[in-house]
Amino acid sequence: MNYFLTEEQQMIKELAARIADEKIAPVAIEYDREGKFPRDIIKYLADSDLCGVYIDDKYGGLGGGVFEMALVVEELSRACGGIALAFAGTGLGTFPIILFGTEEQKNKYLPDIAAGKKLAAFALTEADAGSDAAGIRTTAVADGDYYVLNGTKQWITNGGEADIYTVIACTNREKGARGFSAFIVEKGTPGLSFGKKEDKMGIRASATCELIFENCRIPKENLLAREGMGFIVAMKTLDRTRPGVAAQALGIATGAFNSALKYAKEREQFGQPISSFQAVQHMLADMAIQIEAARCLVYQTCRHIDSGTKNISKEAAMAKVFASDTAMKVTTDAVQIMGGYGYMKEYPVEKMMRDAKITQIYEGTNQIQRNVIALELIKESTRE
Amino acid sequence: MNIVVCVKQVPGTSEVKINKETNTIIRDEAEAIINPFDEYAIEEGVRVKENVGGSVTVISMGIPKTAELLRETIAVGVDEAVLLTDKAFAGADTLATSYTLSMGIKKLGDYDLIICGKQATDGDTAQVGPSLAEKLGVPHTTNVRKIEEIKEGYIRCQRMTDDGYEVVEMPLPAVITVVKEINEPRYPSIKGKLKAKKYEVKILNAEDIGADISLCGLNGSPTRVIKTFTPVHEIKAEMIEGTACEQAEKLADKLLSMQFVKCK
Repeated sequence: MNYFLTEEQQMIKELAARIADEKIAPVAIEYDREGKFPRDIIKYLADSDLCGVYIDDKYGGLGGGVFEMALVVEELSRACGGIALAFAGTGLGTFPIILFGTEEQKNKYLPDIAAGKKLAAFALTEADAGSDAAGIRTTAVADGDYYVLNGTKQWITNGGEADIYTVIACTNREKGARGFSAFIVEKGTPGLSFGKKEDKMGIRASATCELIFENCRIPKENLLAREGMGFIVAMKTLDRTRPGVAAQALGIATGAFNSALKYAKEREQFGQPISSFQAVQHMLADMAIQIEAARCLVYQTCRHIDSGTKNISKEAAMAKVFASDTAMKVTTDAVQIMGGYGYMKEYPVEKMMRDAKITQIYEGTNQIQRNVIALELIKESTRE
Repeated sequence: MNIVVCVKQVPGTSEVKINKETNTIIRDEAEAIINPFDEYAIEEGVRVKENVGGSVTVISMGIPKTAELLRETIAVGVDEAVLLTDKAFAGADTLATSYTLSMGIKKLGDYDLIICGKQATDGDTAQVGPSLAEKLGVPHTTNVRKIEEIKEGYIRCQRMTDDGYEVVEMPLPAVITVVKEINEPRYPSIKGKLKAKKYEVKILNAEDIGADISLCGLNGSPTRVIKTFTPVHEIKAEMIEGTACEQAEKLADKLLSMQFVKCK
């Protein structure tokens, strides 16, 4: 299918694909097994300018948007959804600065992120604040020229590895979600420490850990937007990164499909390749249909968002739900087609099936996404 | 420091079409790539530039289409790309090629370091680098796996040998040919690719570089290629069967009869 990418988008996609095939695919199984963070891979992305695809050229990026970010995530995820997350998680931590940062904050942080010298992370989730983000307990109390942060953030992607954290904390308990604020916290700030690295089912090359704030003093100029804007910062950010999760899911699904198709042509049973059996053919056809449909939705959603239109929550949620459900289905079927080989850790598809699962869960479970979609639908119909 | 890197367009596969009359490769039809060893030469040139400053120029003698490949080198940090192309250059052997390249390089002006890949994957002669140094009257070192030090008028490098390496010092200007152990070529950057897209490769013909056409191309090539073909590798295996004892006996007989071993 011709997606009419611009010449620059085509370049970005091809270069990301080359790095995925030549550098990520050969190490994906090992990094998954060892839970190894892909510092070396980030170096390749940085040197080829891919770290800054979604950052304004004023700050050293390539001036693209959500679409360019998604193209990179998709290609990297085709080889490994976990390794891709070092890049995608940085996008999640960076969008609050892109969307709400002051000129000073942008000048201070974006050039290093665009150059791949620094990674970022986004810290919203807590033990009691998941789907119900309003349950945040971490506090930020103003004290002279500082805010003092206390509390613990949980399951933070790129935690411990990232240099720059955007953190949502409560500045006014009485105001509920309107009492949250967003802050930039640099690694190395006294009072910020990291908990143990989580032992996960999938995306194991990605670092996930707790962020522990104990009287962590950060300068007031690290407040993003205004006090009380934290929830909005988080929601507007997630609207732009959910297509990234969708792209990750799309990449994982594509990788699994490619493996299954190749295997089906090579594997012989009853004296012929299993790709000659209609049962397998129909599975392959269904997988391809779903992937192509997901790609259409993800790409078009990215274009919709990058056009600067205001209402994007529903579309972003739809792309995320559809692509992640597709990834789960396609990876499961890929394991099925590959049979016993598919189930073995020597081959990459069982890992893809484990990696796919998280895309239905994080950045808002698919159940929460459906809430978002339904609420928007009802709101829209009332407006009409 | 002015660094010149010589590159060659080669077919992307080892299965190529041969012009039956001249017994040379038909370069128009095969998928063309930059000789893989030259990629290491380009990377080393760019690294030297990044370390000590200066500029990197790639130069190639080839068909007009080679310009497209040269243009791509801009994306990995090359500053200028020059293509020497002329009907008079066609059918050149290594002698004529190095003469033509030497004339092109002289035309470029001052140079400090010339880097070539150790050999091209199509001809595999490994002659052009050293021959070019002779034509230019400068020293050379082949099979360089590391540049230990480089500064104005001086280079010290490691030359790979079968069982280790030699450390070689030379005054500059000089020619080195490099092996793949020397570095890992970088990926092009997107900004580099955008720059490459707009770049125009400098095209020079025999007249531009003041070359004597009797020394170029087929005219200047004493080599005559009688036949070129892709070798067929046929390895015949003979399975020795039987019990372990029987197999050992048969194997020993075989080795003796083929005179690989001798009985005392």
